[in-house]
This record gives sequence, C-alpha cells and structure tokens, in this order.
Amino acid sequence: MTSADFTLVLPEVILAVFAMGALLFGVYGGKDKTAPILTWTTAGLMVALGAWIGLSGEGSGSAFGGMIVNDGFARFAKVTVLLSAAAVILMSESYMERHGLLRFEYPLIIALATVGMMVMVSAADLMTLYMGLELQSLSLYVVASLRRDSVKSTEAGLKYFVLGALSSGLLLYGASLVYGFAGTTLFAGIIEVAGEGEISLGLLFGLVFLITGLAFKVSAVPFHMWTPDVYEGSPTPVTAFFAAAPKMAAMGLLARVLFDAFGGVSAEWSQVLALLSLVSMFLGAIAAIGQRNIKRLMAYSSIAHMGFALMGLAAGTVAGVQAMLIYMVIYVTMNVGTFAFILSMERDGQPVTDIDSLRQFSKTEPLKALAVLVLMFSLAGVPPLVSFFGKFYVLTAAVDAGLAWLAIAGVIASVIGAFYYLRIVYFMYFGDEGEGVQSAMSPVAWVCLMASAGIMVLGVINLFGVGGAAMAAASALVN
Amino acid sequence: MVGLENYLAVAAGLFVIGVFGLFLNRKNVIILLMSIELMLLAVNINMVAFSSYLGDLVGQIFTMFILTVAAAEAAIGLAILVCFFRNRGTIDVEDVNVMKG
Repeated sequence: MTSADFTLVLPEVILAVFAMGALLFGVYGGKDKTAPILTWTTAGLMVALGAWIGLSGEGSGSAFGGMIVNDGFARFAKVTVLLSAAAVILMSESYMERHGLLRFEYPLIIALATVGMMVMVSAADLMTLYMGLELQSLSLYVVASLRRDSVKSTEAGLKYFVLGALSSGLLLYGASLVYGFAGTTLFAGIIEVAGEGEISLGLLFGLVFLITGLAFKVSAVPFHMWTPDVYEGSPTPVTAFFAAAPKMAAMGLLARVLFDAFGGVSAEWSQVLALLSLVSMFLGAIAAIGQRNIKRLMAYSSIAHMGFALMGLAAGTVAGVQAMLIYMVIYVTMNVGTFAFILSMERDGQPVTDIDSLRQFSKTEPLKALAVLVLMFSLAGVPPLVSFFGKFYVLTAAVDAGLAWLAIAGVIASVIGAFYYLRIVYFMYFGDEGEGVQSAMSPVAWVCLMASAGIMVLGVINLFGVGGAAMAAASALVN
Repeated sequence: MVGLENYLAVAAGLFVIGVFGLFLNRKNVIILLMSIELMLLAVNINMVAFSSYLGDLVGQIFTMFILTVAAAEAAIGLAILVCFFRNRGTIDVEDVNVMKG
C-alpha cells in the first residue's frame, strides 16, 4: 500500500519538502536576509518533528517492501538527531551573524543532512542505507567548506570529501559483495543467509568492508585521519554540528547493520569492534594531550568517546546496545553545551580557539566558567556527573559479555583522557594572568550551555528517563 | 565463456587501482576525483555481474542509484575544488597542507 508506506516516512518527507521549498524561498525572497527566519523555522520544525516522533507511540512498522523500518530504535535515534540538530543551528545563529557567515543555505543543508540521518537510522536495506548515508555525507561536505573565502575551511571540505568518498567506496564494495553472496539487499534476507554462526567467506569480506566504511563515518581509529583537520578547519558552528548529530546517526546505522543484518554471526564482528574500540580510546586520549587548539582537542575527544560507544556495540547484547544509546545521548548533550561555549570564545571580535586564552576566565565570568567546569568533568567521566554513568553502563555491558580486558583498558584510557579536560579547568581557574578571552553569547547559546551543564548534574537522579527509553529501543533492535 | 569470476576479478582490480590512486597520487586533486570514480565503477561492475548471475534485478537498480549519487558527488567535489583553487591558487595534493595531519 503506497499511502501506508508514505505515512511511515511522513516526518522525513515533511522535512525534505520543507528544505526544498525553503531553498526556493531563500533564493527568491531576499537571499541572506531570510537567514534568521529560516534558522528559526527549521529549528522549530525539527523540534516539532522530534516531539511528534517521540510521542508517536509504540510498535514497529516497515514500508516500501521492507526497505525502511520504523521501530523503537529508529525513533530513539531520530529524536536525538533532530533535537541536537535544532539546538546546534539555534545556538550558532549569533556566531554566524557576528562573523559574517549568516547564509540562508546553512540551516537548510543541515535540514537535508538531518533527513539523510533519519533515513540512515531506519534503513533496512543496503540501498536505503547507501542513499541515507550519501544524502548526509554530501550535505556535510558542503557545510564543511561553508566559508568559501577561507583556505582552512575549503581545505577541510576537500579533505573530508576525498576521505568520505573513499569510505563510501569501501562501504559500497562491501555492499556489492554482501548482495552477491546473500542474493538480496534486504537486511531481513541477509540475516537468513548469515544466520546462526555460519557465514560464507564472501559475506565475511563484505561485512568487513561495510564495517570499515562505517568506521570512517564514526571516526574510529584507524580511520580517523580526517577528523582533527575537518574539525579544526570547518567554521565552529559546523564543527559543533559534526560532533553531535552525525555521530549518533552513524552509530545507529552501524548498530542496525550489525544486528539487523548480521545479528546471527555476532562472534565474527564483535572482535573487530572490540579492537576498533580499544585503539580509538587510547589514540583519542593520548593524541589530545599535545593539542592547544580546542577544536582539535574536541576532535580527539570525540574519537575517544566513539571508542567507548563502540565498546557497547562490541558486547553484542541488549545491555550493550542500551549502554551505547545512553552513552551517545549523554555525549551529544555534553557536546552541545561545550560547543555553545566554544562558539562564544572571542577576542576583539575575532574567534579564538587556543586553550591558553582561557586563563583566568573564572575571574571575568564565574558562572560560565562553572558550567564549563561541570562539562569538562563530565567529558572526563568524573563520578558524580552523568557521563560517569554512561561509561559505567558501557563497562558493565562489556564485562558481562566477557570483554573484561576491554573494560579495564577503557578505564585506563579514561584516566589518561581526564588529563586534558582537567587542564582546561586548570587554565580557567589557576592560569597565569594575561590577556584573556571574552565570551560573547546569545541568550539561546547561554541557555544551551547552562541546560547542558544542569543536565550533567541533575541527570544523575534518573537520567531523565533516557535509560528506560534506551532499553526499549535496544530490545526493539536486538531480538 | 566469460564467467562471474572474471567480472569479479576485473572489478576487484579496478577497485584496488582506485584505492592506490587515492593514496599514492602526490600530484593533482583531479586525479583523486578520477580514482574515486574508478572505485564506484568497479562496484557497479560487481553489482551488475552479481545481478545477472543471480537473475535478480535489484543489483541493477542499485547500480542506477550509485551512478546518480556518483554524479552528485563529482559535482560537489568539483565545486569544493574550485573554491579551494580560488583561495590557494593551486590544486596540488602536496599543497593541501595548511592543517597538519
């Protein structure tokens, strides 16, 4: 039934049609003068869709011959993606205005990327997977080089494009092998062929190529080379976006492929993921120590965090997927808050990204410094804060799945990683006197920063119910 | 008789040439774009060969999607490359180095 099919993907259709209509409106209706109104309507629509999807109830359905599914897992990931994308474009509006970047296409390309991510997390077929992934990636290549007159921004876009296209190529080659050896592109068909511990060599090769391609997208070591450069070179609002929604979507897609299509052979991929997780955590923790640029530092921080999220997937159990989802939601929330602050860092009207410039920041802005302190402690995973529980869930899932060595390595990496977060706090509270940084923040960004810091403290009570929702989502995926 | 293996071998060869073109090329970003295209075409050969072997049309439909997306990808890549050239005045791969790493 075609109408039933379209009902299932109505949120995606609405957002895509809105983005295309708004592009026309922007072109014919005054170009960049329409940017503020388009930013607000896009964010408003995303929040509305997020609320609609979140409250649309239980159950799961599939459409277009089983190529797209809408289950608890997809809804959970979609709500996270939509809300974080809305928060990022709202809080970056004042930065764009101050630094002459207020272009009307920015919120709309973000909206198209969000459509791609929504398709990714509902994919139940290799074709849907590929189309969603490419819609997201192509949009992200464009926004990475949004500042067309900057060498750094265009170079970031170029590097991201070349490495992203390479990863798409690897993923596609894997998809073609899987198609050839399974005889179908539907995940439901693949899992029948690759069920119960038996897997042909061709299918195994396909699986490895698929994991490689997706590991590029989540920037897991050894496929992380693009991350620091792209994070540093892109305009800061774009970096803020890169660090939040696409990571959640790519993790969701990886979980989908592994559990929906290859759930029967989890022994084959769980070792690969455990290895990726191990090297990501350590490289992220160690390489960040030498970074003085806060955007590069956040890039390595995201690599380390992806290592932890992959640990949850490597466990291959319901508890592992639940831990991964909780971890990703906490990670996205922390990053939105942290980037709300990074966006505001400037000196004499110029953006600064040097962590040395934060010295004595607590003297000029005690409240913001306190919020950043909470976020940094949370990124480091210091016990009373929410992120500690995220790490705790992941480690428990890993230990229960017999990956105790990985959990121990995770704890060690987390201790190493705490050093660079705490150094930022040190600079803010005990740094030398000198020319510091000003913090120019719009009310929206201020709310994002304070809300994110507040959630890190208050969330310890019950994680705002995310635990239960993640549990429902995880059990929808793993069965 | 040209069998499935021959097609797969050609596709694997083209794919490897594409990947090596990306990593070993030190001269020109345009060559990177050509290498990417080569990888995607290798995948297309794979898809069509499997599709014909299995007697299943899905692989050919997938190929249509890949061709379309590859065209869009090339357009975006060239657009970014033009912006980069305006800023740097060069498209040598060795000059894509303002940021270390």
